Amino acid sequence: MLEVENIQVSYGALAALHGVSLTVRPGEMVALVGPNCAGKSTLLKTIAGLLVPRAGVIRWEGKRLSGGPPQQIVERGVALVPEGRRLFAAMTVRENLELGAFPQRAQKGRRAQIERVYGLFPRLFEREGQLAGSLSGGEQQMLALGRALMGLPRLLLLDEPSLGLAPKVVETIFAILAELHREGMSLLIVEQNVQAALNLVRRAYILEGGKIVGEGEGQRLLQDDHVRAAYLGPLARGSSA
Amino acid sequence: MILTQQLILGVLVGGLYGLAAAGLSLTFGVLRVLNVAHGELLMLGGYGTFWLFTLWQIDPFLSLLGVGPALFALGLILYWTLFQFVVKAHEEVRIKNSLLIGFGLTLVFHTLAIRLWTADERAVTTAYAGAVIKMGAFAIPLVRLSSLVLAFAILTALHLFLAKARWGRAIRATAEDWEAAALMGIPVGKTYLLAFALGTALAGIAGGLVTVSYSISPSIGLEWTLKALIVVVLAGLGSLFGAFAGGILLGVAEATSAVLVGGAYREVVGLVLFLVILLVRPQGLFGGRG
Repeated sequence: MLEVENIQVSYGALAALHGVSLTVRPGEMVALVGPNCAGKSTLLKTIAGLLVPRAGVIRWEGKRLSGGPPQQIVERGVALVPEGRRLFAAMTVRENLELGAFPQRAQKGRRAQIERVYGLFPRLFEREGQLAGSLSGGEQQMLALGRALMGLPRLLLLDEPSLGLAPKVVETIFAILAELHREGMSLLIVEQNVQAALNLVRRAYILEGGKIVGEGEGQRLLQDDHVRAAYLGPLARGSSA
Repeated sequence: MILTQQLILGVLVGGLYGLAAAGLSLTFGVLRVLNVAHGELLMLGGYGTFWLFTLWQIDPFLSLLGVGPALFALGLILYWTLFQFVVKAHEEVRIKNSLLIGFGLTLVFHTLAIRLWTADERAVTTAYAGAVIKMGAFAIPLVRLSSLVLAFAILTALHLFLAKARWGRAIRATAEDWEAAALMGIPVGKTYLLAFALGTALAGIAGGLVTVSYSISPSIGLEWTLKALIVVVLAGLGSLFGAFAGGILLGVAEATSAVLVGGAYREVVGLVLFLVILLVRPQGLFGGRG
């Protein structure tokens, strides 16, 4: 279980998160939605160890996670697929995947794990020897996800996995996420595509201005007036009339 | 006739320029710090080879097996005591601070070398020092040719390490995007340490080869830093073989100019080349990105 307790994060004097708390239970798939600059990416980066909270604590599987360096957090089975994918563009698809297996824990089974990733994304196998920078946006997102899976995570954090992708590709990515969820992985997904995200998950949080302002079942939030007005736009409102 | 002979010598010295530049390129490319004391480290490596030969008659080529690891260790110490504090800063601050530290180290090592070993020029003279390979009218000094081959072999080994090994790839990943590397579970601090120490070891080995092929003194440091810098700009960051080719290009350009316009302009040629490349192709001849 991931427990985020009342964490505060700031960039210099600028506060980004004012006491955020949330939990992801074992095997649960949770969405985090909210407007731009609400602090969603900041929260994921803090869990992954790239940022250090000024106050509050993050626990994973009962033990303190916050304060340690990123590699320690990866070693404990928490992986972040960052916004913008952040692939190693000058390296091949296969090299990117092999780098994903850098943790000692993942080294031994890395060949089998690559086969598994290729099974999930046959397109990556076809592109194995190509440079990551030459892939299409959808393929890059597949590679970013596959690379994170190479580290054998038990909790996967995803920052805007559907950003800038064609609907067809988003479907593929979300189907894989649902499959990982069925296999028992815990997932925390930040999404700007609120409708799709709330349909995908059982439970979601709403983050606005660095604070959690709502929490509940995905389906119920889809009916919520505030959510409909703020995130689903006039089209959704119109269809409800 | 003279030109061809000079070209041969230019290629031979160019290999060492390339080796010196590869170390600088590695630390700059991965840590984004500019270590202007690189030439002083080369000088220290040169003295290592000189003393091992003078005191215990250890073959200068064999001595590299000791000098390389010794300079690697010195690199670890310099990183732990100084450079690890620099890499925590943002990129622009990093470069400025590393310049200050580098110039400081340059003064320290330079003065130390004069105090310990005097300002005299030193070289090692082995039994085979005068051997040449005759090719018609031309002569190829055996020692310098061996240095060139060795420099190429070392760069090939390093290239394979960076391409295939787990930690080598970690270094490349960190060079490209350190945050993404950290998310892969790569300890970024350790890859910085490793890259810096490798760069230092390369400087040391280059110094040893300079001692056996040419000569050293405490004051050669800055000159070699400059050569390495010119080659890095010439070749662009990112490719070890690019650095090697760039080194040879500089060596050949210097040699040619010595024949055509006189030896007095030898040092100017490199700087002119430096300026032309910065104006025409700032990413370097073989550099992909800026």
